[in-house]
Amino acid sequence: MALPTEPFILNIGPLHPSTHGVFRMRVTLDGEIIQDVEPVFGYLHRGLEKLCEKYTYKQNIPLTDRLDYVSAINNNWPYVMAVEQLGGIVVPQRAEYLRVIMGELQRIASHLLAVGSLMNDMGIFYTAFMYMFREREKIIDLLEMVSGQRLLYNYMRFGGVSMDIPTEFLPALARFLKVMPGFLDEYDSMLTGNEILLSRTKGIGVMSSEMAINASASGPMLRGSGVKWDLRKDAAYSVYDKFEFDIPIGQNGDCYDRYRVRMEEMRQSLRIIHQAVEQMPAGKEKLPVPLRLRPAKGEVYTQIEAPRGTLGCYLVSDGTEKPYRCHFRAPALINLTVLRNLLIGQKLADAIIIFGSIDISMGEVDR
Amino acid sequence: MDWSISPDWPGNFWLRLIIIAVILIAFVMSSVIMFIWMERRVIARIQSRLGPNRAGPFGLLQAFADTIKILTKEDIVPTLADKVLFWAAPAIAFVPTLMIMAVIPLMNGLQLADLNVGVLYIAAISAVSAIGIFLSGIAGNNKYSLVGAIREIAQLISFEIPMVLALAGLVIACGSMSLSKIVEAQSIPFILLQPLGFVIFMVAILAEINRTPFDLVEADSELTCGFNTEYSGMKFALLYLTEYSEAVVGSALITAFFLGAWRGPILPGILWFTIKMFAVFMFILWLRGTLPRLRIDQSMRLAWKGLLPLSMFNLFIVSLQTVFFPDLALWISIPAYIIISVIIIILWAMFMRKERQSSNA
Repeated sequence: MALPTEPFILNIGPLHPSTHGVFRMRVTLDGEIIQDVEPVFGYLHRGLEKLCEKYTYKQNIPLTDRLDYVSAINNNWPYVMAVEQLGGIVVPQRAEYLRVIMGELQRIASHLLAVGSLMNDMGIFYTAFMYMFREREKIIDLLEMVSGQRLLYNYMRFGGVSMDIPTEFLPALARFLKVMPGFLDEYDSMLTGNEILLSRTKGIGVMSSEMAINASASGPMLRGSGVKWDLRKDAAYSVYDKFEFDIPIGQNGDCYDRYRVRMEEMRQSLRIIHQAVEQMPAGKEKLPVPLRLRPAKGEVYTQIEAPRGTLGCYLVSDGTEKPYRCHFRAPALINLTVLRNLLIGQKLADAIIIFGSIDISMGEVDR
Repeated sequence: MDWSISPDWPGNFWLRLIIIAVILIAFVMSSVIMFIWMERRVIARIQSRLGPNRAGPFGLLQAFADTIKILTKEDIVPTLADKVLFWAAPAIAFVPTLMIMAVIPLMNGLQLADLNVGVLYIAAISAVSAIGIFLSGIAGNNKYSLVGAIREIAQLISFEIPMVLALAGLVIACGSMSLSKIVEAQSIPFILLQPLGFVIFMVAILAEINRTPFDLVEADSELTCGFNTEYSGMKFALLYLTEYSEAVVGSALITAFFLGAWRGPILPGILWFTIKMFAVFMFILWLRGTLPRLRIDQSMRLAWKGLLPLSMFNLFIVSLQTVFFPDLALWISIPAYIIISVIIIILWAMFMRKERQSSNA
């Protein structure tokens, strides 16, 4: 006997424990199976790109912090690079190394948060999350030592960084670099072989490499699908060509691979920081730049490998002291476009995990 | 020292019933308070935080503070809710958990009713509590709750069977359904004699009381709060109480069936019972601190493809031993049972892993 059934609509979000901000999924469910998803976002829209046209070039740097608030330093970077290229500003070598060190520290912090909240979505009652926050706290302490702030650092400047590192920074960083691999092993021993974790993530949310490229996904989303593409290697900016590191990739493009890629990238970031500390030259951390900066007329597009993927900044200058147009290519938004394709046919519980493995940051999606 | 209580204590039949009922309720309630405190402190320790430590010494009074807070909360009934069910459901969920305690011997003789169908009674009553949770899920007219309620029923139906089959092994081994007889038979705790049954029962109990990794009914990351999403104030407190008294009863059942209940040297029986019960709960907390949640189909698969055949097999070997080798020496039977169980569990785990690989891909 077949009972007549009908699908029902469930609103996940915008206020929901695992929407990582204010994201809303309008899910049509048949029992537990998802028939259709309509992603709704824009709840955190602040008009950042329009605001950039109102402020001067230098005043815009703190705004870029607010794009992806979990990896603020990486967000300064493409904007600062764009202005430097427009204005022909030279960056001293020491500043480039400082940027790399802070950027990689920020990448570790961001991945820790991503993996931790993914585990939360999976139902490990905050244990993995708290463990990873413990280490994220150490990174935040380091960044606070450098910039004086704990979340939105406002660290980079045109022609360098806001200030040089204090004398106690390098010993503290060395201590961190010494203990961090042990903590990464600890996470691995707790999570990676867990049968329930494997059964929840393996083969779930599979994104083929073709689909990833077509969706112009980037970052761990793309590399998890087996495409070896990392701007730090393939279009080396700053001083990344001087470091030796691997690009971890996955094979199947499922949630497990994305998780593994993030875990592995943290180890690679540690390697980069090691080399950067060794190679870092002495010198000035910032070269003087005119206060009322007026870059030449023109446009420029710069991109970096942010924790979530390719973060680009498209900047148009009309020769005045305010940008004519400033657009950010937000990796989280573009990675999110595959969400519907990944979710249809999956179960409700998987939807949360797939969504978590995309690792979005609403500040960046909505801008 | 003989700590047992004579069956006719303190004389009058009705007086005895009332006194033991009061003792049982006090036992459950104080255990609930300790469980809440333990849960918060132990989980905090696992997660390298401190946990509540302001109300009273070591935060022991936190549960009282929470109760006072929850009593002052506004009691909201959603407009479209089924009013009667919405009010009744928490009580329907809560009362059966106390009723189960009636047949559990906290101490030699400290047992409200020594039913000769005790095991059957437990299997029947524990299902009623799940109906209360189901009703609380559908009464609130909330879709999250609805999904939680459906999951609860699915889980109840699936895990009840292996649970009862695991208990059937005990019943066959000691020839009685009465809990006092089962406890009497445990001069060697059944965890050693029927380790396979213990594992099955433990997993089934975890599912029955909705604990990690089977907390699909609440599933805070998916369903915000599952069946109790719409509840607030005292009704929520009652559901919260249900959850923990289920945990108390679950731990008590495991203690009574497999860990020898009140039996133990030197200390009085009720103390032994409490110690064992808290040890079981500590294990449950440990699981909660480290394991992710299963998906609903995986949970069903575990019940029907994993636990059900295993519990059949358990029943088979126990019956075999009871019929053909009733007087098997302990030094043979204990290692034999443990070895058989370990081999079977490993084989089954490998089979389930294959299953997972073929089903997910």
